[in-house]
Amino acid sequence: MTTDVNRRRLLLLAPLGLVALGGAAFYAMLERMEQGTFDPHAIGDPRVGKPLPKFDLPGVAPAQGFSSTDVQQAAAQQPVLLNFFASWCIPCVQEAAVLATLSQIGLSVWGIAYEDKASATNQFLNRYGNPYARIADDSHGRTAIDFGVYGVPESFLVDSKGIVRWHMAGPLNDDVVRGPLQNALKSLA
Amino acid sequence: MIPELGHFALALACVLAFAQAFVGIWGAHRRDARLIAATPGLAVGQLLALAAAAGCLVYSAVTNDFSVANIAENSAIAKPLLYKITGTWGNHEGSILLWGLILGICGGAVSLFGRNLPSGLRARVLGVLGGTSAGFLLFALTTSDAFARLWPAPPDGAGMNPLLQDPGLAFHPPILYTGYVGFAVPFAFAVAALLEGRIDAAWGRWVRPWALTSWAFLTCGIALGSWWAYYELGWGGYWFWDPVENASLMPWLTGTALVHSAIVVEKRESLKIWTVLLAIGTFSLSLSGTFLVRSGILNSVHAFANDPARGIFILSLLGLVIGGSLLLFALRAPTLASGGIFAPLSREGALVLNNILLCSICAVVIMGTMYPPFADLLLGQKISVGAPFFNATVFPLAIPTFAVMAMGPLLPWKRARLGPVLAHAWWAGLIAVIVAGICAIGMKIVTALAFGVAAWLILGSFAEVVERTLLFRAPVATSFRRARGLPTAVLGAAIAHAGMGVTIAGIAGVSLSQSKIVALAPGGQTQLGPYHFTLLDLRDAPGPNYQARIADIAITRNGVPFDTVHPERRSFPKAQQTTSDVTIETNFLRDLYVVLGEERDGQAVLRFHINPLAPWIWLGALIMAAGGMLSLADRRLRIGAPSRARNAAAALPA
Repeated sequence: MTTDVNRRRLLLLAPLGLVALGGAAFYAMLERMEQGTFDPHAIGDPRVGKPLPKFDLPGVAPAQGFSSTDVQQAAAQQPVLLNFFASWCIPCVQEAAVLATLSQIGLSVWGIAYEDKASATNQFLNRYGNPYARIADDSHGRTAIDFGVYGVPESFLVDSKGIVRWHMAGPLNDDVVRGPLQNALKSLA
Repeated sequence: MIPELGHFALALACVLAFAQAFVGIWGAHRRDARLIAATPGLAVGQLLALAAAAGCLVYSAVTNDFSVANIAENSAIAKPLLYKITGTWGNHEGSILLWGLILGICGGAVSLFGRNLPSGLRARVLGVLGGTSAGFLLFALTTSDAFARLWPAPPDGAGMNPLLQDPGLAFHPPILYTGYVGFAVPFAFAVAALLEGRIDAAWGRWVRPWALTSWAFLTCGIALGSWWAYYELGWGGYWFWDPVENASLMPWLTGTALVHSAIVVEKRESLKIWTVLLAIGTFSLSLSGTFLVRSGILNSVHAFANDPARGIFILSLLGLVIGGSLLLFALRAPTLASGGIFAPLSREGALVLNNILLCSICAVVIMGTMYPPFADLLLGQKISVGAPFFNATVFPLAIPTFAVMAMGPLLPWKRARLGPVLAHAWWAGLIAVIVAGICAIGMKIVTALAFGVAAWLILGSFAEVVERTLLFRAPVATSFRRARGLPTAVLGAAIAHAGMGVTIAGIAGVSLSQSKIVALAPGGQTQLGPYHFTLLDLRDAPGPNYQARIADIAITRNGVPFDTVHPERRSFPKAQQTTSDVTIETNFLRDLYVVLGEERDGQAVLRFHINPLAPWIWLGALIMAAGGMLSLADRRLRIGAPSRARNAAAALPA
């Protein structure tokens, strides 16, 4: 008889338990949304977690270009932020200041000029500053296709094993740098 | 000055709500007659203060007071007056104020119409409503202030999302929210009953009209939202299983279950604990729906400005309201005595089955809606759950629900036999099978089945009415006399159930829709079904706060001139947004749906749909709500006055 009553009490406690679990999960979601480690609106990112696509690009004359192997070798020492940009891209102008700050604080930023003329790229770098440790020229956009680039600007964070660990489609801004990018860098360290 | 008065009125309402909560619950607990007597006055006071606050916001909107941040962000001088008024609840801050106002109206209604309730129960109900209201008003005051000022005030406002600038949507929030918030009253009754530790038939009788009213409003609200999506978004669809739509469907499903299980409490004093849980669950789902939409957790096309900080506040509030009531439920429900027993095959049995099926559908919808964020949180997987999942899981559960729906009202209470029921309803079943059989020729089997189910529901629902009025078996005059003597509850139930049948027929009809997308230059022609379309002209026309591009299209049917329609594309320069103004030519049996798309090289992309029976989807919902309201009329004499009804019955000659 008492077991019956106890079972009944347990059953009637079940809704509260379910709601408590749900509430805890929602709290976790909101917390992590604020920290920037959880974004229910982000679309799946097939590139993250995969190794860098192979490429070997010329430089923007007169500088030398680089290949995926170069990136891997550099990333073995320190994470590399690979940034697709173009002189014709207005958000890239906005982003230039953020990239400059990042390279000043010691992050290794490498640039790939997307579908652009060398002269225009040089003009762009002269006007808005050159935050890039090295620059390659993807004037045909083939490498961008291998990376699955949606549009410029777009950035990929490469870890010591040559694997893309974080990705951002669109310009980097202070919020992104302080939130998701910093979290990604912390997880690499 | 006026916005400050509004802000003050809001703060006053919040204070009154706290007082109402304390005085009501404490007074009833201490059986203090003075405190108990003070509660209704506080509820009415709260309502007046909230009405004043809402009035101030509307006044500021109408007078273009752009020093109020909320109005500067959402209104503009060029906006038509109607949308200046309705726009006050078209944004987060204003909609929270509307929420509070409707909750206040609920409290006021319980105070004014609940005079027949025992004063202790009424004080507790008002106390619970006051507590809930206090939480929401505090939320409005601290994180979502609709009266916050902006300095310097801009010369003109930013304007409203043009998609929302539509008469259908203007009245959608008040109706939907009345449905959502109305379930606060059954919730308050449930919590009050748990506090009192007593539930009886009278409780079921008091709760039912409130539940039924909210249910009817929620039904209309969902239908209006779906209708808006159909004609305004221009996609030709009416239900997208979008999380926001699901958020309104979930309380509707449990609310429907509640409306039915409360009958069992009223008539048979059974299913009490379950009914209390449903009352708590329905309001909890209403609240959670609001929370999920505003927190940004769900991925939806209908986005409010998302703010996780706000989310934390609402989540705590939800924890307090839902967690508190469920804790009380866990503590007190085991002590509630269960009532009458019944055989599986009986009216009660059918209602239990209805509850199980409706709650299963609700569980499936919750699963499908909540799985993506939970999978993301726990497994780190990005997935989206859409129409294929819901169609595959909801329909198998919906079909038995519909099958039982028409049968249930024919079963007697306590214990039933199948024989007499079949004797009453065989003709409806036969016609349904014939309909399904005819439809099966040249249609998909699911569609044919849906038409059969629709026929079964519409006809079967009236089987009881036919039976009781001896229709077709007695002279028409006798039937008419008997029909007038029929309780309106019986008629209301039959109408509501038939309304569901009409909706199903509409859904089945639209699944047969034909469509065509063509690019036409002026003078171009195209054919779809029996209709021939000629694009006569493409022209520009100015609107009050938009520029319209209009296509004039002549339609002939089998060569006979039929109609000329003018679909538009409107561009709103202020919002930098374009909307399509679909034309729908309807004769209630099918919609001709024409959309004007983008133009390129002198050619306009036009989309034509023929949607058979489309209007029936929303017509059915209206019929359902009307049925609910009709059966409410039956209760009027008996609401809270069981003794009077009994006396009246005794006074009638036997």
